[in-house]
Amino acid sequence: MLTDLMKRELLAEIDRTETRQAACIEALQIVQRHLGWISNETLREIADFLNMTPDELEGVATFYNHIHRKPVGRHVILVCDSVVCWIEGVEEILEHIRATLHIEPGETTSDGLFTLLPVQCLGACDNAPALMIDEELFTNLTPARFDEIVAAYRDGKS
Amino acid sequence: MAVIYIDNKPYEVKEGQSLLNACLSLGFSVPYFCWHPELHSVGACRQCAVKQFRNESDTRGFIIMSCMTPVEDGLCISIDDPEARQFRASIIEMLMLNHPHDCPVCDEGGECHLQDMTVMTGHVRRRTRFPKRTYRNQDLGPFLNHEMNRCIQCYRCLRFYRDYAGGRDFNVFGIHQRLYFGRYEDGKLESEFSGNLVEVCPTGVFTDKTFMKHFTRKWDLQTAPSICVHCSVGCNTIVGERYGTVRRILNRFNREVNGYFLCDRGRFGYEFVNSELRIRRPLVRDARTAEAQPANKAAALKRVAQILRKTPGLIGIGSPRASLESNYALRKLVGPDRFFAGVSGAEQRLITAILDSMRKPSVLSPSLQEVERADAVLLLGEDVPNTAPRLALALRQSVRVRPMTLADQLCVPRWMDHAVRLVVHDARGPLYIATPYRTRLDSLATKTLRGAPDDIARLGFAVAHELSTDSPAVAGLSEEAQSLAHEIAQALQGASCPLVMSGTGCGSMAVVQAADAVARSLRKTGRPAMLSFIVPECNSLGLGILGGGSLEDAVERILKGDAHNLIILQSNLFRRLDRETVEEVFEKIEHVVVLDHVANRCVERADVVLPSATFAESDGTFVNNEGRGQRFFQVMVPQGDVQASWRWIRDIADALDKGELAPWTSLDDLIADMAASVQRLKEVVRIAPAADFRMTGMRIARESHRYSGRTAVTAYVSVHEPKPPQDDDSPLAFSMEGFQGHVPPAVIPRFWSPGWNSIQAVNKFQSEVGGPLAGGDPGIRLIEPMENVEKGQEGAIVPEPFRPRTDACLLVPLFHVFGSEELSMLSPAIAEAAPEPYVGLSPEDADRLGLRDGNTVAVRWDETELTLPAKIMDDLPGGLAGLPHGLPGLSGFVLPRWGKIRAK
Amino acid sequence: MERPLTQHIQPGGEPLSLAEYEKKGGYQALRRVLGSMTPRQVLDVVSKANLRGRGGAGFPTGTKWESVPEGAPKPRYFIVDADEMEPGAFKDRYLMEGNPHQLIEGLIIGAYTVEAEAAVVFIRWEYTRARKSLRKAIEEAYERKYLGGNILASGFNLEVQLHVSAGRYICGEGTALVKSLAGDRALPHAKVPRQTQAGLWGKPTILNNAETLCNVPHIISNGPEWFRTLSRCNDGGTKIYGASGKLKRPGLWELPLGTSLREILEECAGGMREGLRFRGVLPGGASTDFLVEEHLDVAMDYDSVQKAGSRLGTGTMIVLDDRTCPVGMVHNLEHFFAHESCGWCTPCREGLPWAAAILKALEQGQGRAEDLDTLGQLTGRLGPGRTFCALAPGAMAPLKSALKFFRADFELHVAEKRCPWR
Repeated sequence: MLTDLMKRELLAEIDRTETRQAACIEALQIVQRHLGWISNETLREIADFLNMTPDELEGVATFYNHIHRKPVGRHVILVCDSVVCWIEGVEEILEHIRATLHIEPGETTSDGLFTLLPVQCLGACDNAPALMIDEELFTNLTPARFDEIVAAYRDGKS
Repeated sequence: MAVIYIDNKPYEVKEGQSLLNACLSLGFSVPYFCWHPELHSVGACRQCAVKQFRNESDTRGFIIMSCMTPVEDGLCISIDDPEARQFRASIIEMLMLNHPHDCPVCDEGGECHLQDMTVMTGHVRRRTRFPKRTYRNQDLGPFLNHEMNRCIQCYRCLRFYRDYAGGRDFNVFGIHQRLYFGRYEDGKLESEFSGNLVEVCPTGVFTDKTFMKHFTRKWDLQTAPSICVHCSVGCNTIVGERYGTVRRILNRFNREVNGYFLCDRGRFGYEFVNSELRIRRPLVRDARTAEAQPANKAAALKRVAQILRKTPGLIGIGSPRASLESNYALRKLVGPDRFFAGVSGAEQRLITAILDSMRKPSVLSPSLQEVERADAVLLLGEDVPNTAPRLALALRQSVRVRPMTLADQLCVPRWMDHAVRLVVHDARGPLYIATPYRTRLDSLATKTLRGAPDDIARLGFAVAHELSTDSPAVAGLSEEAQSLAHEIAQALQGASCPLVMSGTGCGSMAVVQAADAVARSLRKTGRPAMLSFIVPECNSLGLGILGGGSLEDAVERILKGDAHNLIILQSNLFRRLDRETVEEVFEKIEHVVVLDHVANRCVERADVVLPSATFAESDGTFVNNEGRGQRFFQVMVPQGDVQASWRWIRDIADALDKGELAPWTSLDDLIADMAASVQRLKEVVRIAPAADFRMTGMRIARESHRYSGRTAVTAYVSVHEPKPPQDDDSPLAFSMEGFQGHVPPAVIPRFWSPGWNSIQAVNKFQSEVGGPLAGGDPGIRLIEPMENVEKGQEGAIVPEPFRPRTDACLLVPLFHVFGSEELSMLSPAIAEAAPEPYVGLSPEDADRLGLRDGNTVAVRWDETELTLPAKIMDDLPGGLAGLPHGLPGLSGFVLPRWGKIRAK
Repeated sequence: MERPLTQHIQPGGEPLSLAEYEKKGGYQALRRVLGSMTPRQVLDVVSKANLRGRGGAGFPTGTKWESVPEGAPKPRYFIVDADEMEPGAFKDRYLMEGNPHQLIEGLIIGAYTVEAEAAVVFIRWEYTRARKSLRKAIEEAYERKYLGGNILASGFNLEVQLHVSAGRYICGEGTALVKSLAGDRALPHAKVPRQTQAGLWGKPTILNNAETLCNVPHIISNGPEWFRTLSRCNDGGTKIYGASGKLKRPGLWELPLGTSLREILEECAGGMREGLRFRGVLPGGASTDFLVEEHLDVAMDYDSVQKAGSRLGTGTMIVLDDRTCPVGMVHNLEHFFAHESCGWCTPCREGLPWAAAILKALEQGQGRAEDLDTLGQLTGRLGPGRTFCALAPGAMAPLKSALKFFRADFELHVAEKRCPWR
């Protein structure tokens, strides 16, 4: 359900754009910020709000990387798998995540806390490997540092 | 003109077109996928690569996409260049990485553009060893089958469905090599043009689901050129048959009429021909109440002769869905003064007015192609997407005409589709729509007006008056309507090809007269005005030309006791007149002979029923809404005793020893007779080659040279191959023997050319790609404006404004593309897509009556009472209520009329 | 050595506030432009400075601005491409996080020059810090009337908004970016008409890279001659060079345009880490051709790098060492490009995943001798002019050059049926 708050935010975005549809990428991001992901029902509601058909909005939603059309955990771990991080050993980090969180890229931990997703170069190549958790960037990763970061999130850092 | 060099040879071609267009028009085999002659260039598939050289000394050259390259004088290219060939083959190789190679089980196999292009490029060896991607398919409803694994991502479906036809319930999802073309969720595609995806898709992603149920390979189909019978536009079709049943309908390109596209009613409405309700044998009833008994042909005719001889006073009722020839034959048999057009007086008067208007000087009745080129349109009263869908698709293109100048200004070629769409953005030319309820074109309209037929007519008259004070002023017009009229007049006057479109849909003479008045007034301002009318059925205008009284006139004759015997031609009177009246007719009349295809209530009441051939089993001529006479040809020899209605009529004449009335042994005899006796139809003989026409001494083969199993088809009866049936009526043969090459356009039975097995072979039949068929587009305009015609109809009267009543609603017809037309509703796929009967109420009236959506209501007038669920239509003006035309239980009355509505 | 773009940036520190920026001379260039210069005069200055686009293509900025036809319709749009998604590139992030007002000032001057009254900063979602600093800077600029109606009482209006992309490399393609701003799938479209004639909403549109615009205030303040003297080549200015990979000190540095590869890698980045040897470098991001040892003295300017067989691109280089598998590296790159293909044209959509699949097979010891031929063919078939836009040709650059310089490594994968580095 789109709340009044979300609708206000959507309207503010619509105000700035030429057509209602032009606000759709921002709209998906706004709603996702509130709900974590875009369910089928949510997508329909947003489409209605923007005078789009769900078919039209889905075409856009499935084009971009950061629109989650499946549920995600409380925190989304975005591990950069691009070239510099690869050179600097991101595969080792990913192996470590598999071993400790027991999830593959695209999966969510059984406690619903973390979803692991690969991401394109985060522009932190001078401090590779890098990852983001939600909106925060972490660099110079090692397995030990990863454990610390994850522990902090487990302890309730949001 | 420009001179371009292709593989070192000069060719003269039109400048500014795309190079691909030029190469194909010259007959070169340049493969392509995403390009489509009507959807133009977007450069997605990269299949049409050729090599360009900078100048004569450039030997290396560079690869270009011919679809994205404008033709310029001196352009020097090579199609044969090894690198270009290799590149084209590599594109196929890449497309094949994921294509399932399931041709043997694919419905497209044998007429697949992807197969053709693969062969053309010479790619033969598969190198990849990786798994192919797979998809889940969707249920897209009764018309289309979906098989995404075959998709080669050319984006044509999307560009047709969304950009061209305006459908919004279809899209591409995903990205990179995981693209999905489909709907957000399973369900019937909403656009009434979805069936075109079958032909637009270059491979087997979208295939004809109705065809699937009785599938036959293209080469095994017997095919013939035909004309769609499901509305008045007269789209040209190719009918395919095998084992005595119609298998499918394909588009038959005619630049002036349907171009590349059909509507779904036309494509999927054919199954009534195969219906279990078909009448295959004559039926004879000894007494009205007795059970009808099958009879052989001779016995039935004997019975007809017997009853017609017994009492004099024979009259005939013709039909707007029967050919000119059959109607004429009936008219000849009974005499012009005893021949009645099978339509109500109201409809008859409208058709007459339209015919008069079309003959008046200076205003042109446009072809569909001309409608597409209109740069300002006023639509009065007609729900075009539901009554003449293909014309609505043309109007959809017409709103792009004016903004195209934006592209011209930036030197963007009009065929560079995405660039044009970017520049044009959402700019649209003027389109004004005045109808009683919302149409699917409204989203394109500059402005719309909702009103009762009289108010729509008043707007029209006001526009006419704005344009020329010769046209009467409209008294008491609201300021709003006045300013709208002014705006419309300005828009029409400012256009170079303005169009007024209207029709019989409102059932209002005032609306038809208003449309006529606008066009005449526009003409007086010096504009080359076009006026297009939509009429109810495939041969409404043809029947109009033949004349004859209305159904009410016929009834009067019968009730007066002036007629004792009645022949009804291809018409179910219960659909056209009140049930009580028809019952009265049957009470009064002594004998009724019915000629029709399918069992209906009239058939059930007839003394003798003669099985008449459908469009698929007979030849004949229809006159479409433009006034174009078009010939259709039978695709198969009918089963049982079915024969063309005119042949039955001739046989009746013979049985009555009145053979001199019907001295025809072939269709050509009849046409010659008709042309000689009906002045307005004298051109009909020229519509198509006569039956004695031969190509290099041969008939034209209805079967392809690859037709298989012709001995085996009947081997369960006899291993001796029967002699192919004789065709006395056309130059076509029921055989694979005969001429297989290019024939005059009116008799092209299929589009095929060596190496071009798909529908894209039409390229090879056109004078230039996308242009008219070589030899001219078929059909002859029979109704041209005549300069010396007397004025007539000048005294059109502006109606009073509509006044809602508190005790009743004005019932207007609501049209449904699937459901409103009689024959297509007998086809299961169309019936599945049709809505349930309802009565549409305006929110005001619903409020007044305390009704909500879905409540059961009674609709009453005279002796009639209908019980229907209510549907609140927020677009319907107060005082009007709508009855869906032609849905089960909702025919047999003439609208508009007042009716009382109450909750039940 | 002058470092106009980065001189005031505190590495790792807070972004310069408006007040701080003004204190360092910020917005003086804008005041001068709005106070005393016509758009034509600004254009002349920028053209004379020989400023070339820093986004990758190196198109002369003056020429681009000039290509908005006189009397072209309005509104016109000005777009900043801050969607730095090229793997290996992180220079725009640094500029936006450190000194956002410098970009905004350049943007306002650019918009004034082409008479655009609406501007968009198109930034990637992942740049959370840069987003925040830009958002704040835009707010500050509105408050100080550097943005909005009648800026500095000049009669010039400019509205700026920040568009946060939902993430796609293809948005770096100008025509695709414009589709994205219209709320659509970011598919590139034909270059006719040019964007400067018909771009966003069919109106004239200018698109500049963030770093490019950061140069503009300095050009105005110090003059085109000064700007040209900053470089060591014909094109003007400094360049933010970056280097990553197994170097001692990966990072970025503002240096004269035309500084040599060797100088950057050895002096600035401190050379290779202990025990490792240099094998090659992608000089301008993931979509450029490898350069190797013999090229180390190439000057890192547009023309010299091109002459050496690669592209300056973003000027952010990725170094390959002798303990990293070149096949694996190229596989990573092709996997990226395949994933980021928009799916519009056949060679890119189908060819890139095919190349990636073959490279993966090589890495997993399932390579075949003919795979190298197939890869070689693909580099041609996905080359310039063959595909709709530049994504696939860019993707083929590292593959093609790797096949040339590291062919023996590819062959070893086939011969040994394994990746020798694993």
